Amino acid sequence: MTTSRETPRKTRPRTPGRGVPLALLAPALLGLAFLLVPLLALLVRAPWRSLPEQLTSPEVWQALRLSLFCATTATALSLVVGVPLAWLLARTDFPGRGLLRALVTLPLVLPPVVGGVALLLALGRNGVVGQWLDAWFGITLPFTTTGVILAETFVAMPFLVISVEGTLRATDPRYEEAATTLGASRFTAFRRVTLPLIAPGIAAGSVLAWARALGEFGATITFAGNFPGRTQTMPLAVYLALQNDPAAAIALSLVLLAVSIAVLAGLRDRWMRTV
Amino acid sequence: MPETMPPRPGKGPAPAGTASEPGAGGLDARLVVDRGSFRLDIGLTAAQGEVVALLGPNGAGKTTALRALAGLAPLTAGHLRLDGADLHRTPPESRPVGVVFQDYLLFPHLSALDNVAFGPRCRGAGKAEARAQAAEWLERMGLADHAGAKPRRLSGGQAQRVALARALATHPRLLLLDEPLAALDARTRLEVRAQLRRHLAAFEAVAVLVTHDPLDAMVLADRLVVVEHGRIVQEGSPSAIARHPRTEYIAQLVGLNLYRGHADGHTVRLDAGPAVSTTDDLTGPAFVAFPPGAVTLYRDRPTGSSARNLWHCAIAGLETHGDQIRAELTGELSLAADLTTAAAAELDLHPGAPVWATVKATQTHAYPA
Repeated sequence: MTTSRETPRKTRPRTPGRGVPLALLAPALLGLAFLLVPLLALLVRAPWRSLPEQLTSPEVWQALRLSLFCATTATALSLVVGVPLAWLLARTDFPGRGLLRALVTLPLVLPPVVGGVALLLALGRNGVVGQWLDAWFGITLPFTTTGVILAETFVAMPFLVISVEGTLRATDPRYEEAATTLGASRFTAFRRVTLPLIAPGIAAGSVLAWARALGEFGATITFAGNFPGRTQTMPLAVYLALQNDPAAAIALSLVLLAVSIAVLAGLRDRWMRTV
Repeated sequence: MPETMPPRPGKGPAPAGTASEPGAGGLDARLVVDRGSFRLDIGLTAAQGEVVALLGPNGAGKTTALRALAGLAPLTAGHLRLDGADLHRTPPESRPVGVVFQDYLLFPHLSALDNVAFGPRCRGAGKAEARAQAAEWLERMGLADHAGAKPRRLSGGQAQRVALARALATHPRLLLLDEPLAALDARTRLEVRAQLRRHLAAFEAVAVLVTHDPLDAMVLADRLVVVEHGRIVQEGSPSAIARHPRTEYIAQLVGLNLYRGHADGHTVRLDAGPAVSTTDDLTGPAFVAFPPGAVTLYRDRPTGSSARNLWHCAIAGLETHGDQIRAELTGELSLAADLTTAAAAELDLHPGAPVWATVKATQTHAYPA
């Protein structure tokens, strides 16, 4: 290898087979295949010939537009409340903060369907909060586009909070102190110093949250239902299409796969530039 | 290292009262901060135009004192008055205090100019006005060419000056510097120390700097306050402290062997055991000090030596000190001795080797404790 002193500077690429025990290599390759084969299957069985026609159908466009709109709005909503929440968790000290942090991250591990049921119980027409929204303002959330946005926010916001909180913890809090000694209030220090410093974390968290919102299924169908044009997002459309028009389901899936790959590429680019 | 401080240029007439008088200009503080098992309790006063250095080992509480002055660490008890105004309950953003942090903490996303303009902006200046003021400060620091540079493009010395300009741009009545030269390499340090000294000399309000480096403290400050374990152990002018150290830490800083004991005429009976003969004449609790260079070592008990201070010791350690070798001795008396490399070789010194150490009475110095 490159241990001898005469070896030229040019480093040879490491060959993965060399020195890797078979007991590790075999399951590793099996795992890799397990992850990649379904994606390949999607490409192999894609109705390439009828694809342009499938993708330009009004139903697909409707679902795609609704998905993009809801995921983007949910991400914006997550930013508005999630970044301050992340700051609170990272920068202040109060009793029960650890518990609160755990609760904030609960939607990450909670089955989305359960999230949908919980949202119904809270914001449904007879829900704990929803009954008052209905009685006082005449606002009904379930089975509306707003309901989709709320369901997606519920599921996606923890990704943003976790990402931003992690970045905040990695950022020296003494920058805020320095700003304070220069006459900045705590909010000014946050806005003019901390926010620019954690921008990469916010961007990464937003992309994660957006991708999660775009793929959201369980909470959406439970809380907002499946009405084309109003609450039927791409994942719901895929599921429905699979039962009566598999070719359309594959086409829709390809679109989501393409979006996911684009997100990954975007994230990678973001890390490369900022890290 | 200059022996005495030259008069400071650019200072107004000295205030009539001292800072400890209520209502007088300057700083008057008693800082008490409880932090679990650690307690800081120091009184600190400084007149306008005075530069005070808090000197002490790591963990002595110097930085805590600085944070308390800036309002970043709450006082458990005590008081804090600056130019007669009570700042005890004033939040940090409203205190007329500027801070130069140890690693400067320049905002990485802002240019040098915008870093300096940050303070004036927060204190109500318009964007253009704040930038004009900042440009003026950078000009004064000789950094006009680097106004547009981001902090990561600045050298250590430049970053230090930007940090100083940023702190001064808010016109503080109290300037705090936390280890202002610690982040610099030795060569830059020399140059920046001289510049900083000039800027501090021109600063008309109170400056308090924290350092563990005695040279920085002695060059930059008018008065040293030595802090150990959260307490003040000695304060005074640099030269007074160098001549009469009162703790082992200070003695080591200024390169002296220091012992505490009880004097009776020309003999000081040390708390550590043996007695030391001196030429000074005093009675009562006393310190005795002598430099490591005054110690002479022998492998066999000297017979013809006129030295009256003779102790049997063993070598505990040897290290190179410039072109000299410093030997740490234990035994009847723990002390440091300096000798030439040739002498060390001739004596065949090695850790554990028994030696006799002598010091002439004329080379010791005794003073009341």
